[in-house]
This record gives sequence, structure tokens and C-alpha cells, in this order.
Amino acid sequence: MSQLSTTAKRAGWRFASSLPALFGVLVFTFLLMRVLPGDPAVFFASGPSAGKEEIEMIRKQMGLDKPVPEQLVRYLGDIGSGNLGRSLTTGQPVLADLKSRLPASLELTFSALLIALLTAIPLGVAAALRQGSFVDHIVRFICALGVCVPTFVSGLLLIYAFYYLLGIAPDPTGRVDIFSSQPPLVTGFLLIDFALAGDWEGWRAAASQLVLPAFTMALFVVAPLARITRAAMLASLGSDFVRTARSLGLPPRKVIVTYALRNALLPVLTIAGIVFSTMLGANVLVEKVFSWPGVASYALDALLASDYAPVQGFVLLMASIFVVVNLTVDVLYGVADPRVSVE
Amino acid sequence: MTTSASNVPLLAIDDLHVTFSTRRGLVEAVRGVSFSVAAGETLGVVGESGSGKSVTAFAVTRLLDASGRVSQGSIRFAGEDITSASSKQLRRLHGAAISMIFQNPRGALNPIRTVGQQIADAIMAHEPISAGEGRARALDLLKAVLIRDPKKRLDAYPHELSGGMCQRVMIAMAIACAPKLLIADEPTTGLDVTTQKTVMDLLAKITAERGMAMILITHDLGLASRYCQRVCVMEQGKVVEEAQPLSLFSAPQHPYTKRLVAASPTATSTIADLAPEALSPPLSHSPHPEEAAVAAVSKDGPECAGASFETRTMSAPQDEGLGNTEKRKPAPGTPLLLEVQNLVKRYDRGVVAVNDVSFSIRAGESLGLVGESGSGKSTISRLVCRLIDASEGEILFDGQAIGTLPARDFHRSPLRKDIQIVFQDPTDSLNPRFNAFDCIAHPLRRLLNMKDGAALTARVSECAERAGLPSELLERFPHQLSGGQKARVGIARAIACRPRLLILDEPTAALDVSVQAVILQLLDRLRREDDLALLFVSHDLNVVRMMCERTVVMQNGQIVEQGESLALFAAPQTAYARTLLEAVLHLGGPTSR
Amino acid sequence: MTSSTLRHTVWILRGNPVTAVAAAGAFILCLLAIIGPWIVPFDPIASDVANALQPPSAKYWAGTDQLGRDVFSRLIVATRLDLAIAASAVSLSFVLGAVVGALCGYTGGRLDRYVGRFVDVLMAFPLFVLAMAMVAALGNRVENIVIATAIINLPFYIRFARAEVNVRRNAGWVEAARASGDSHVSVVLRFLLPNVLPAMAVQVSLNLGWAILNAAGLSFIGLGVSAPTPEWGIMVAEGARFISTGKWWLVAFPGLALMLTVLCFNLLGDGLRDILDPRMRT
Repeated sequence: MSQLSTTAKRAGWRFASSLPALFGVLVFTFLLMRVLPGDPAVFFASGPSAGKEEIEMIRKQMGLDKPVPEQLVRYLGDIGSGNLGRSLTTGQPVLADLKSRLPASLELTFSALLIALLTAIPLGVAAALRQGSFVDHIVRFICALGVCVPTFVSGLLLIYAFYYLLGIAPDPTGRVDIFSSQPPLVTGFLLIDFALAGDWEGWRAAASQLVLPAFTMALFVVAPLARITRAAMLASLGSDFVRTARSLGLPPRKVIVTYALRNALLPVLTIAGIVFSTMLGANVLVEKVFSWPGVASYALDALLASDYAPVQGFVLLMASIFVVVNLTVDVLYGVADPRVSVE
Repeated sequence: MTTSASNVPLLAIDDLHVTFSTRRGLVEAVRGVSFSVAAGETLGVVGESGSGKSVTAFAVTRLLDASGRVSQGSIRFAGEDITSASSKQLRRLHGAAISMIFQNPRGALNPIRTVGQQIADAIMAHEPISAGEGRARALDLLKAVLIRDPKKRLDAYPHELSGGMCQRVMIAMAIACAPKLLIADEPTTGLDVTTQKTVMDLLAKITAERGMAMILITHDLGLASRYCQRVCVMEQGKVVEEAQPLSLFSAPQHPYTKRLVAASPTATSTIADLAPEALSPPLSHSPHPEEAAVAAVSKDGPECAGASFETRTMSAPQDEGLGNTEKRKPAPGTPLLLEVQNLVKRYDRGVVAVNDVSFSIRAGESLGLVGESGSGKSTISRLVCRLIDASEGEILFDGQAIGTLPARDFHRSPLRKDIQIVFQDPTDSLNPRFNAFDCIAHPLRRLLNMKDGAALTARVSECAERAGLPSELLERFPHQLSGGQKARVGIARAIACRPRLLILDEPTAALDVSVQAVILQLLDRLRREDDLALLFVSHDLNVVRMMCERTVVMQNGQIVEQGESLALFAAPQTAYARTLLEAVLHLGGPTSR
Repeated sequence: MTSSTLRHTVWILRGNPVTAVAAAGAFILCLLAIIGPWIVPFDPIASDVANALQPPSAKYWAGTDQLGRDVFSRLIVATRLDLAIAASAVSLSFVLGAVVGALCGYTGGRLDRYVGRFVDVLMAFPLFVLAMAMVAALGNRVENIVIATAIINLPFYIRFARAEVNVRRNAGWVEAARASGDSHVSVVLRFLLPNVLPAMAVQVSLNLGWAILNAAGLSFIGLGVSAPTPEWGIMVAEGARFISTGKWWLVAFPGLALMLTVLCFNLLGDGLRDILDPRMRT
């Protein structure tokens, strides 16, 4: 009970202390808008042909004629009311665009994280339990290699192997192939929505679209996760308390799972949080390779088309997700490790 | 043998050899050890680091590191040969027949599991009981180890308990399934003296009540003599002597035991007593025990570089006049060298490390500062050395207030060279990237502005020689030196600028007793030669009694008692000083209880 | 000291062939970066449409791209740019990070708390997105790729230097230096930094690979370097269009170049850690 309350207190404190960071990101995105090459008013005007008066009007409308601090306040007010501006390329409000595309990105990232954790933890544990064995060497080799292959290369090579050579993967563009219908929108996560609708054929189709990009992303993070699992497991297997457990004749399963593994998972949890935020970044590359209709590819297209409102919205979104992820990790850590409440 | 022939001993070890495979090939850590323990008996196994005493214990329970293995000999438990028992058999033995208690009790407990759960785990490993029963039994066990407020502790995590309490929990776990034999590996090392006594008393009580045999592994002769019926002395993987404590300490037979007994400070020994046979053969042959320990245990070894040197320097000049070091009181008119007035040191969040402390030291006088961990004695040494600033109070050196200059700028003070310090951990106190020469030369270069050249070399060599460090070792880096040699480098550095006040912050706490003996003698000699004043900070009362004319006893940042060492140790005035003194172990037979 | 370091290095390399291979690889990479443009068989930029999209052959070792340019030549020439971006970014963050980190680690206190907070935030943020945004804001130029990469690397160095200094700041030898007449500044510069730099050098080597991946990633999505300049990330991006039609070499070879380079520096970093650890020396 007291542990829960201290965890909540910690989470609250953590949240409060990440507010300045969020504010920093806000200011950063604001400056981003202002230092960008060119005049924002020109971008927001109807087109390059827009007349001088029109631009001047937009300028007034956007408040660009006001002093900078006032603009910042205005900008913050807009953000507060959920107005992230309008995308030039899609013509939609940025918030709406992000909302409709976010589930695609999250579905991809979560599946990849799940795959990565399910692969990395057993691998790391196996390697640590048999240190110096064949398994250990294989795992260490994978770890060394895994961090060296850029996601965009491994993604493309997977496409080559499974789509072009073997023909078992579907056309690597998008979340559903163009001929099948979308499920009724509930969560936006296709796998869940298809399952809710009971459309298992559609579910299979969506899953097969997801497999390659998810594995691409998972490949990228399996290495650091397996590496930390192995190291943490080795450390806790060699620790005094595991020796104590052995000296008391505890069953091997209990020694390995309850004593060694549970302690070893603490650093894995920390790394998993960092890995998740790395994956949010890697999303940009993977979504581009697989034409995945997520927020990252949306922001990237906008960026290349000099359409900055979506980029700004994307950065803000990433910052908010990162705050949420950090909080989650903190809370989980607080539950898993009684020692943190001491601080 | 105390057991009769008809009776099979509980544990019999015969010609045990344990080998570690290291980077440099095989290292034999235990080389033919034989002893036995009868049911209900308490056997002490005493030795310095690297003697193989812990390795023997881990070999008995087969909990050695993966790199170590029993290469020869046999271990019989209750008549049954368990030398090559399967892991299944061992699991039945562990906890139920043989239990272990470890050094560093906090680390020995699972940090993310409650104490109650861990004790229940220990019971359920051998008995099919429900979780509820496990909890009830755990509570009984916590009561048995005399933990205060046992019900509350059941749900506590190890980090919420003190070191002494953690060790009690460990004992509760070890006795949970009523084993016949308890192996305690340095169970009280790292605990405060008073805690040490209560934990050992508890162990003695429990083993006596439950008829358990115990093997007490320790580096502390006093501890073994107080609690054991029989003692084995180990040196370099061999048992060199085995006897009852009284005869062992009053009439040691083996030369190693003789030197070990002499080197252990007692309530009556003097500095000169620590190594009476001044030019006796070196304590250890080769390699030096510390180095052997490095090779055997940590497996990463730079090893035996410089091993044999320590042995040579150990027998280095044990000069004449040692006997008359005894309590030379400075003449009454000697001026005060250091005067500390109402010193207070507060840290953030209102922690008061030092609270209103006043004392003084005359020129050439030696003052001891004793106390348990957290008493603020180390903070005082840093305050006096002007490494940190006091929150309140005055420090007068030679009549001058030196507290006015902030610690940040004290390196510019002309008095900087007059106050020097020797640190506790010899390894930690040397810059890993400086060789011994540079370590010693550094203060000369900085404080006396000496430039590289013949003069500096001569001065460094002289300091090294005075500290008993052979000049051929000056080229070496700290990791190539033994613990004793590193301590000598630290001392040579501190005396390089001929200070008037030397602060010694637990200078021998990290050293083996035999090395401690020579280092203490060295310090005492240097002090007399240079007419140095010493501020000797230590937790070891016997050492302070030998080294210091006056003693200050501290507790929780305050002085509880101070006075002439002789008087204070003979008749302490305060309850705390008495408790401290009672906890001090003396050589001799087991105390009657 | 130097000769013993050299001897020690040789000893380590002999006992550790992987590091030796990695060191040789790193040397070859640096060599290629310097002399690459003079030894390649074809002009890396001149197009030859008649020979477009040829698979690897005796003439074109790594095939040709959609404009008929020799992929192998482009790979070699790109070494210079890729290494230069990574190296300058890493050295920038190394210098800044070491100084700031050491200062924070030694002084502790308020500065340390603020910088630590900032670093935590920066580090947990999706760094690639940050780099992307920065390049977008500062302008799509190579210098800005360098700056962005340097900034996203900075937290690692600050945190590393801070941690390394922090564990040592209460070491006996640091206090001994102060008792020997050293000021705080001199303790940091003459005692702490020399003890911390070797470990940081290892970090540099490990980080170099990461920086290369980041820079290549940025150019893959079309930021920084622009066509027709040969650069591994762009080459992959250009090849991506043809992967669905089976033109694997356009992606595989630049990918392999990236992977081997990163692997090389990572393994070298691991090896350096052993060499620079003085406790390993006898």
C-alpha cells in the first residue's frame, strides 16, 4: 500500500519534472517555425501565385506582425486549444491527420517491441545460463551484428528476400492491401479492430502486412535488449543473493526465475524504455521503406515538401509520447523494485 | 581430535585440494587441507587473505565459482562421501544439513523480495508447507534471532534493515531447516564492533541451543578465540596448526602462528610486541598471500609482480628503541599544535555529521579518534586536513586560525605542507596513472616547487626508504604493488614534505594483521624520528590504545569521552565507551557465559 | 610508458585476433577515405545510361545503378564523406561532453542537477526525430547534419564523463592530490580527466558507428547530402526503388559497407577497452 503511494508520488513528481522539458520542446518547435527558411506566411498562402496583399493579410491573420514573445504566447494558446495548424499537402488540420495516423505507428512499434522482447529475453537468459557455450557465442554474435545493420537496409533486404525471391510476403506498401476493406474503426489498431469484427481473413491480411516492418524494427532493437539481458542475468547469477539461494537448497527453477531473472529484468526495463523511444525515431525510416501510413512518414513527406506545420505537430506528439513512456517505465520500475521508494 | 574413535565426525575433510583455472593457468588455492568437526562443536578456521579459508568452506558446500574445482581429497558428511555428490544430492544437503552464512549480509539477501518471503523460501525448499505456514514459521524464526518488532520486519525489504539485522535474517534462513552444520564465512566483517558482538553472541547461543556444529571462518584471532572450541590456522592453502584456543594463543607451535598471534593487537600488547623477533624470517614465503588471493579469487591477475618484495620489507629495519615508545607524554610546556573548537559540519537536509566537537593536539603528540561507522570521525579527519569546510567552529594550527581560508583555496596556504593525510584504502588512495615515484614526488613538486632532477630523485628515494619501500619498486604502478606496499607509498607521500601533523584515517583497516603490524611499527618510528603529531582515526580500540597517548571517543558526531588512553581504557567513564571496550575481543580461551 | 603501452597493445592484439582485424579494417577505411577518389576504376558521378542496372560482374564488381554509374566506385568514394561527417560530429560532442560532464561530475550541486535533468530529457527523446527536426530547422546542408549528429551524441558523453568523474571524485587519490597542494581545477585537469579519457576514447569508437548510422539514416530520408554526391545512405535510398524488381545489389552493397564500417568501429571499441585498462597491463 505504502509502496503504491510512493510510486504514485514518484510518478507525479516525474511528470511534473518533465513539464519543463515539454515546454522546451514547445519553444523549440516554435523557433523551428520561425527560423525555417522562407516566410511562413508565403507557405500558408494559397499558392506561390498569391498576391502581396494576400500574403500581408495572412501575415496579420497569423500574427506574424506582432513581437516575438506575443507570438509565442499566441502559439502556446493555439497548442493548448488543440490547434496545430493545417497541413498544406493534405489540406486537413494537423491534429486530425495525426489522430488518424497515430494508431498505425503505434501498432507497428508495439508489435516490434513485443517481438523484440520475446526474442531478446530468452536469448539473453540462455546465453547467460550457459556462459561460454555455443549458444552464448551465437547470441553475442547476433548482438554485435544486430547493432550494425541500419533498419532501412535490413527492411529492404527483407523485402527482397520475402517478397521478390520467396513471394510469401505481400506487396510491401501500407497496412492493408488495396483490395480488402477496412474494418469498422474502433481502436485504429487493425489487428484489434479486425478481431473485434470477427473478420479473420482481414486479420490475416493485416498481420501479413505488419510482419515484415515489425520484424525489421525488432531486428534493430533485439541486439541491445539481448545484450543487457545477458549482462544483467550474468551479474545477478554471480551475485551474493543467488549464492545464498543456492546455499539454502532452493530448487533451480526458483533460483533462476525468482531470484536471478526478476532482478535481472530491472535494468532490462530501463533499457526497454530507451529502446522504445529509439524505435519512435526508427519509425521514420521503417515507415518510409514500407510506405506505412503512420505519423512519421506523414511528417517526413511534409518535411520534404516544406510543409512545416505537420513536422511541428509530429515533434510535439513524439515529445508527449516520450513523457508517457517515461512515466510508464517509472511506475513499472517502482512496482518492481522496492528500493526506489527510498530516494 | 575431540571426537572419540567410535563416533563418526559430522564433517571430515581429508587432504582437500582446490584448483582454480585462471588466465595464467591453474592456481591451487587449497593444498591438502584436513580437519574434522564433531556434532555440536564450534571450529574456528583462521587465516589472512589468500590463505584459502573461504575457498575451503565453499568447497565443502560445493558453491565454488565455475572456475574452481576440488581436484583431490575427500569431504565426508556424517560418514557419507559428498566429494562428488550430484547437484540433486547437494540440493538436499544445502540448507537442510549444511547451511552457510556469508560476509556482507545485505548483499546476501535478495533486494526485491521481502525478508519473510525469503525465509519462507528457505523452509519450502525442503518442506512441503503452504505459504501461510511458511509465513508463520518465518515469524517464529525472526523471533528466534531476536529481531526487534519481528511482525513488522516480515514484510520489510533488505534495504530497510541495518547490516546487523540483515545478518540476523541470514541466520534465520540458515537455521530454518535445522541443519546439523553451520558454516559462517566472516559473518561479522564489516559490522561495527558492538553489532559484531551481538551477532556472534546470537550465533553462539543458537548453535548451543540447537546442538548445531559451526565452522567459523575469520581473519580475526580474537573472534576465534572467544567463540571456538578448537581453532585451525591456515596459511597458503594449508592448515599449519590446530589446537584449542587457549594453548594456541598462549603457546603457539608453528612459526606462522607465532607471528600471527604476536601481530594481533591485544589489550596489553605494545607496538614493539607486534613483531618481537625483529629479524625473523618473513611472515609469508612466496607469493605474498594478498597476491595469491588476487590470483585465486579474482582471476584477472596482474598477480605476483612484486610479491616477494613485501616480504623483504616486512623484516626491514625494526630499529632499536622500539620498546620505549610507550606513552611519551610531551613535556607540559609543549605548545598546542592543533586546536579544534566547537566544530560543526552540517550536510544538506539537516544531516549533522559533526556536532560541536573540540579537542587539541600538542606538538609531537598522538591523539586517537575512535568510534563506530557514522560517528563522524572520517568527517573530522577531512575537516582538520582542510579538504572540506566546517559549518561552524574554529580550527587553530600553531595558533593560527586556518578555518578562515576556504578549503577551496587552502592549497595555496603555506600551512598546506604541514598537515598531511594517509587514507584508509591503500588502493583507492593512489592515482592509477601515476607510478610510485610520481605519487611520492607529487607533493614535493606542488608544495615545495621542486623540479625534476637529482634533488627530487634523492628526496623521493629517501622518503621511500624511510617508509620501507625498496627503491626498485618506485617505477611500478599501483596495480603492480601489494596492499602493504601501496600503504607504504601512501605514507611516503604524506611524509614527503615533512608535515608537522599527520592525519591517519584508518590507515590499516584494509590490511591483514601481519601487514598491519609492520605498518603500525613504521608509523610509530616515523613519528618519533620527525617528532610528528598524529591524529589517528580508527575503529580498532586495541590499535588506538597502542598508538596514542590520548583518546577521543565519538558517537553520532559528538564526543562522548576523552582522556589519557591508559586511564580511559582502564576505567571508561561513560556507558558507551564501556560498551565499545567490552565488545573488543581478547586473545585467550572462550569466554565463560 | 609509451613503449610499454605499445608492447601491451601488441600483446593484446595477439591474444585477441578480432580486435586486430577490426583495427586493420579501421585503418583500411581511413586509407580509403583519403586515397579513395584516386584508385576507383570509374568516375563515381558520370552516368552511362547504356549500362544502367547491370548486376555485379567482373567489370562492375558491385553492379551499376539506374544511371549506369559503377556502384563499387561510388561506395569507395563515399567513404570519405561518411567518415568525415561521423568523425567531426563525434569529436565535437566528445570535447564538449568531456568538459561539461567532468565539471558536473566533480562539482555536483545545482549545475549537475540541471545538466543531468537536461541530459536525461535529451537522451530519452527520440534522438533521430530530434536530429531530423534540427536539420529541417537549420537548413538542409552537410554542416547541419554534423551539428545535429553532434548534439544528439552529446548527452552520451556528458553522462559518461559525469559518471566516470563522479565515482572518482571522492577517491583517496583525489583528496590526496588536494592535500598535496592541487586546486580543484588542477585536480580535474591533471588527475581526473587523464583517468577518464581512455574510457571515453572507447566510447568514441563505439559511438562512431552509431553516428555513421545516424548520418546515413538522415541522408536516406533525403536530408543533408543530396544527389548525385556518392554517399551510402543516398545510395540505399536510390536503390530502394528497384528492390521490388530484384535489383538487390543497389541496396546490399552500400548496406554492407555501412554494416562493416560500423562493425569495425564497434569491435575496435571493445578491443580498446581491454587495451586501455591499466589493470590488464603487467
